[in-house]
Amino acid sequence: MALLEAKGLHKRFGSVVAANGFDVAVNDHEVVGIIGANGAGKTTFVNMVTGYVTPDAGRILYAGRDITDLSPRKVTRIGISRSFQIPQVFLTLSALDNLLIAIGIARGELLRPWRPLRRPELLAEAQARLDRYRIGEYSQQKAVLLPQGVRKLLDIAMAVVNQPRLLLLDEPTSGVSVEEKFGIMDTVMAALKEQQVTVLFVEHDMEIIQRYGQRVLAFYDGGIIADGPPERVLADEQVQKLVTGEVLHKAHPSHGGGAHA
Amino acid sequence: MFPSINPRIGYTVTILALAAGAFVLPSWAVFLLNLSLSRGLVVLGLLVIWRAGLMSFGQALYYCLGGYTVGLVGRYLGWSDAFLLVALGTLASVAVAVPLGFIISRYREIFFAMLSMAFSMILYGVLVKSEFLGSTDGFNVVPPTFLGWAPEGDRLVQAGFLLTLAVSVIAGIGVRAYLHSTSGHLATALRDNEVRVEYLGISAQAVIHAKYTLSAALAGVGGALSALFIGHIDPEMAYWTTSGEFVFITILGGPGSIAAPFVGATLFQTVRTYAFQYSPYTWQMVLGAMLLLLILFLPDGIWSLVQRKKGRS
Repeated sequence: MALLEAKGLHKRFGSVVAANGFDVAVNDHEVVGIIGANGAGKTTFVNMVTGYVTPDAGRILYAGRDITDLSPRKVTRIGISRSFQIPQVFLTLSALDNLLIAIGIARGELLRPWRPLRRPELLAEAQARLDRYRIGEYSQQKAVLLPQGVRKLLDIAMAVVNQPRLLLLDEPTSGVSVEEKFGIMDTVMAALKEQQVTVLFVEHDMEIIQRYGQRVLAFYDGGIIADGPPERVLADEQVQKLVTGEVLHKAHPSHGGGAHA
Repeated sequence: MFPSINPRIGYTVTILALAAGAFVLPSWAVFLLNLSLSRGLVVLGLLVIWRAGLMSFGQALYYCLGGYTVGLVGRYLGWSDAFLLVALGTLASVAVAVPLGFIISRYREIFFAMLSMAFSMILYGVLVKSEFLGSTDGFNVVPPTFLGWAPEGDRLVQAGFLLTLAVSVIAGIGVRAYLHSTSGHLATALRDNEVRVEYLGISAQAVIHAKYTLSAALAGVGGALSALFIGHIDPEMAYWTTSGEFVFITILGGPGSIAAPFVGATLFQTVRTYAFQYSPYTWQMVLGAMLLLLILFLPDGIWSLVQRKKGRS
């Protein structure tokens, strides 16, 4: 059985079709990249899976259970987490406190309001998690002062505190410098592999898709126009024409055309 | 002010000094301190929600409910035990805060503040129209007894103050533990980013509901104690200016510490008493000027003076 299954997902925002009734299934332990131009429906798909947006029609199944109408927090509780294109962290708190809060919640500490959050064992866990994402040195800095790449990692580190089975990363490297991109992805993917998380990640950078995706979904106009291993999807003529633009494929200089703009 | 002293020792000394003060200070001063601590309890509740970025302009609702519960139970059931009455006053506030919380926890910022004020003004309106409860005059509260002991005069003032002091200490310790817990730390998190809170699997609304209920309970305690030891209640307890005073004291004390509400309330009560005495027609102007100066020069409240000193040492 697939871990995540979407059947006939439909979503319109006014005259824009963000999901045209596509089907897709993701298996356990897959690492799936999602590509597509702006407005193709990538983030809407992530938002529908995580309960932020309800589809107009169609069902979403997670481990066989219908989660179409669940709220974000219920979706989170059953094991689906997400990170955000713009990191959603607690800006006035330190990186360590950001993680501490996530850990406190994951451990059910909200129902024990007499127990302090800053206990040695929780502090140690928070620091260890920061270290695993290679941002341990920033633990005492307020999130608002962190570089974008660090904030992205913090956002992801917080998202996986509750040991999700499925993680959706919305553009994990957007807004990050070219030099940092691979470092960030290496760190994230290594940590996620350790935790055995199934990953769906939205990405615009085809080099990243090629290096980290085992499988790629190409979105166009609210539908999935290609689904398969990265080599095959990125070589697909339709995908090249509608999604990636020929310029990225230097292997095919004949397609150069006017795409340099 | 004493940066080198362990805060725990500082608190203990202050509490013991206050307790001793009950037997040393003149009765009017003890009464003033009692009133200050009672109001400090209400403000302690406001501190809890203020940390989450919310301010209630209707906390007088629960202050009044606590007070009227004490008055009504004494009047119609004849019960006069202070411990029982304070407990009942608190329960009554919680009983109202839980259902209202379902509505109010959906709102933020000014909408939260105004809606809370609206609820308190409804209670005010009802009490003013209730002639059997003395309308705007209110009525007198039965003199309290303490587990069968019925003190009078100065003894009553002393006993009342010691009860309020004990309740304040317990509430202070409890709220301090709460603020250090996960739920307490979540206040800043909620103020910063509710989206992330939801995606950590938690209902922001439920957390705010809990904080709101806790603040109402503390306002109920404060109202019950005030009613018992002032010996009189009237609808003014629910009026929006009463809520405004609590907000005033919250800003005066600052968000920095659980001691700040009590220090702020004592300062407020003292300034008001003297301002009223020396300029009976313009005392509000004195308070207004004080608030203005405070916001301009000590935006984090008077407690920030203590913290500033600590930071320097």
